[in-house]
Amino acid sequence: MNKMIRYSALLFSLLLIGSLSAQMVEKAEGGTFLLTGGQVYDHDKGMMGADLLIKNGMIAEIGSGLSAPDAKVVDCSGLEIYPGMIDSGTKLGLAEISAVSLTQDHSEIGTYTPHMEALTAINPSSVNIPVTRVNGVTTVLSVPGRGLFPGKAALINLHGYTPEQMYADFKAPVLRFPSTGKRGRWDRRSAEDIKKDSEKALKKLNKFWKSCQIYAKLGKKDKYNPQMAALLPVIEGEMPLMIEANKKGDILAALAWANKQEIKYVLTGAAEGYRVLDSLKKYEVPVITGPILDNPSRSSDKYDVGYSNAGQMQKAGIKVAIRTNETENVRNLPYNAGFAATYGMGWEEAFKAITLAPAEIFGVADKYGSLEKGKVANLFVSNGDPFETRTQIQHLFINGWKIPMESRHTLLYEEFLERDPGINR
Amino acid sequence: MQKNIITLLFVLGILLTVAAQESGSVLIKNATLLTITDGVKEDTDLLIKNGKISSIGAGLSVGSDVKVIDAEGMYVMPGIIDAHSHIAIDAVNEATDPVTAQVWVGDALNPFDVNIYRSLAGGVTISHAMHGSANAIGGQCETIKHRWGVMDPEELRMKDAPRTIKFALGENPMRVHGEGQSIVPATRMGMEQVFRNSFEEGKAYAAAWKDFASGKTKTPPEYSLQKQTMADIISGDIIIHCHSYRADEILMLMNVLEDYGVNKICFQHVNEGFKVAPELAAFGAHASVFSDWWAYKFEVYYSTAYNAAILAKNGVVTSINSDSRELIRHLYHEAAKSQKYGGLSDNDALKLITINPAIQLGIDDRVGSLEKGKDGDVVVFSKHPLSIYAVPQYTIVDGVVRFDINEDPSDMRLDIDPEEAVPTFMEKSEHNHDDSCLQDVQGHFSHKH
Repeated sequence: MNKMIRYSALLFSLLLIGSLSAQMVEKAEGGTFLLTGGQVYDHDKGMMGADLLIKNGMIAEIGSGLSAPDAKVVDCSGLEIYPGMIDSGTKLGLAEISAVSLTQDHSEIGTYTPHMEALTAINPSSVNIPVTRVNGVTTVLSVPGRGLFPGKAALINLHGYTPEQMYADFKAPVLRFPSTGKRGRWDRRSAEDIKKDSEKALKKLNKFWKSCQIYAKLGKKDKYNPQMAALLPVIEGEMPLMIEANKKGDILAALAWANKQEIKYVLTGAAEGYRVLDSLKKYEVPVITGPILDNPSRSSDKYDVGYSNAGQMQKAGIKVAIRTNETENVRNLPYNAGFAATYGMGWEEAFKAITLAPAEIFGVADKYGSLEKGKVANLFVSNGDPFETRTQIQHLFINGWKIPMESRHTLLYEEFLERDPGINR
Repeated sequence: MQKNIITLLFVLGILLTVAAQESGSVLIKNATLLTITDGVKEDTDLLIKNGKISSIGAGLSVGSDVKVIDAEGMYVMPGIIDAHSHIAIDAVNEATDPVTAQVWVGDALNPFDVNIYRSLAGGVTISHAMHGSANAIGGQCETIKHRWGVMDPEELRMKDAPRTIKFALGENPMRVHGEGQSIVPATRMGMEQVFRNSFEEGKAYAAAWKDFASGKTKTPPEYSLQKQTMADIISGDIIIHCHSYRADEILMLMNVLEDYGVNKICFQHVNEGFKVAPELAAFGAHASVFSDWWAYKFEVYYSTAYNAAILAKNGVVTSINSDSRELIRHLYHEAAKSQKYGGLSDNDALKLITINPAIQLGIDDRVGSLEKGKDGDVVVFSKHPLSIYAVPQYTIVDGVVRFDINEDPSDMRLDIDPEEAVPTFMEKSEHNHDDSCLQDVQGHFSHKH
């Protein structure tokens, strides 16, 4: 009995330490881990009962009856193991509070700033990061915005103390293709002015691009011109250009422009991709689309085109990845995929669109996007279908680190569910 | 010839008006009923007769003139109610004064807003069309029924729903008036005094009328709709719905209300409600929250998606709202997040979008559950509405099918704006989480912070 009381006191003081550290998330745990008795998801074969061994940050083995004497065992019986989800378009790490401009690092001043590096401004301590990853999202593309060439997007894993530790081996410059669309509901320009502005922007784009091509031909790499130097890898075919276009006419114009330049590119946005399926198919361009949970762009559109667009493109034979285009709610990635699944894409393809498809588009499928021996140990363990809203993520590994299932949101829950003191002092 | 056309148009007009006022009858057969107040009833029929739920049971039958929906394998729940929305109105903010209790959103109803149809496609039958949050005391709001197809704004109103008014705390009124126009309130201290002053005016105004009525004074007070509205709040005729985020400002308003004997209040957004859940419960205040929005401004940085669960478990009447023409389309999914964040039961999660918002709007005697005698507002889902795979099949308002997935042409507009420009996704998303509460006021900011 006495022992019991002492034990409770110890437990209580441990809890107290937890609540005193208020907003702090526990440290991740390193080492070798053996996940036993779970159902392991394979993109081709589906679920299979197997153990999974994590060693040196990698998936060392998947199979039944594995043993590793030095490994910490994580009992996964009754649970399901999936590859970490990848959001292929976010502002995570580049923005903290959207209404406080000095906490935002995604939009530099200027029209041509392809030399801006998103990776430079990634804040590893962003409170948004733990909130995101405990929902099973292990990797995101952080994308700069504003201007024609806002900078280079960077793929990051959601654990690490420096941007370099988080870097997941993919970068690419962004082109926000001159749009004939409205900038939002507060854009008061007339249709004519919008068209004029976009034509002007297209002219500017062509002029700048021409200069870049000449710069590449002259081989003046020693001369300091960071803007043009930043686009050399695209012109030389080493890096894709990520071209953002959403409206039907803008997508077609962007496709025509990109094919003329003979560059590798990815179409992002593609909100009206379903209107140009033939062209997307013809050019075999991979597409990153989303958010899926968004209104149709025109009031004449069917209510569910946002939900069904990704599936329509995928069914037409286009490689599709799904993004949230979010900052603080990147955690809703599985629900964006879930709605795409429900509205025509189906579970397998929708799950691919947030795992293997983006890994392939970014050229990192040898490391990410599926559970295979030799890949990076980015994975989560859940008590069911990750698209279903009620499903709980139980364990999370990033680069083989066992990540605590904590975030500001869980810590506040623990502290305030049964507030003490309650109503009285 | 011309006369014929005019006659035709006239007849057509009458027909449309008649159709609009019509309540309908529908029999839904073999469904799983999620009644909210009386458990789950499997393989059961539900009959709506002349706009009201007339019976719930097995083997119900009707004449051949009544529409029958075979809902075998499907789920039926009460029409979803959104306690915070700005759809179907042409104006949101009268952002010219910290106190505009005299204005009324009901004067700006727009039955042509296609978002009414899109919210029906997400199972929402009633929304609370609210004034914005630019002012400490904003305008009065309107509870509307989503009778898509009506042309007369009058037909949107939910007749005899209690009066409601918008209050707002924190950054929005401070930005618009303090920062934007250099007048009180610029701080949360100023906010308190704006409320106290207005309540005091309302109290004095009511007293002056009383004195005049009893003959104590010879002349009536100068007419003021603003002061009259404050007096009506004090006498309990109007429910306050208050935009709020931080715990301290929530406590402040409850203290002010206590001094004036006012207790009908629902805090809106109330992101830090979880910090003062015991106080909210003790006061009897309600809470209408986002499922997971946070960090879009400083006052919501210390938020948790477990807010709804903490509030509900502390005994606060809690709802989940949209405040967004996008979120309003999938409130059933937003409600399911209370199961991920806090493990609410199916019924408790569904209460967040049915009976609880009904209580908050004072209409729970008429809607919010599947009960005999209540309005025939129901949604038929393909699967359980808390599943990500659920798709609304029919949305019925007063017994009239207003959304039918099988009869859903892509263009559902009732009127057409030939100059509509198309927004792009990338650019749209930059405004994604500004609460639409601040619509119409961008011109009032001297600079952006």
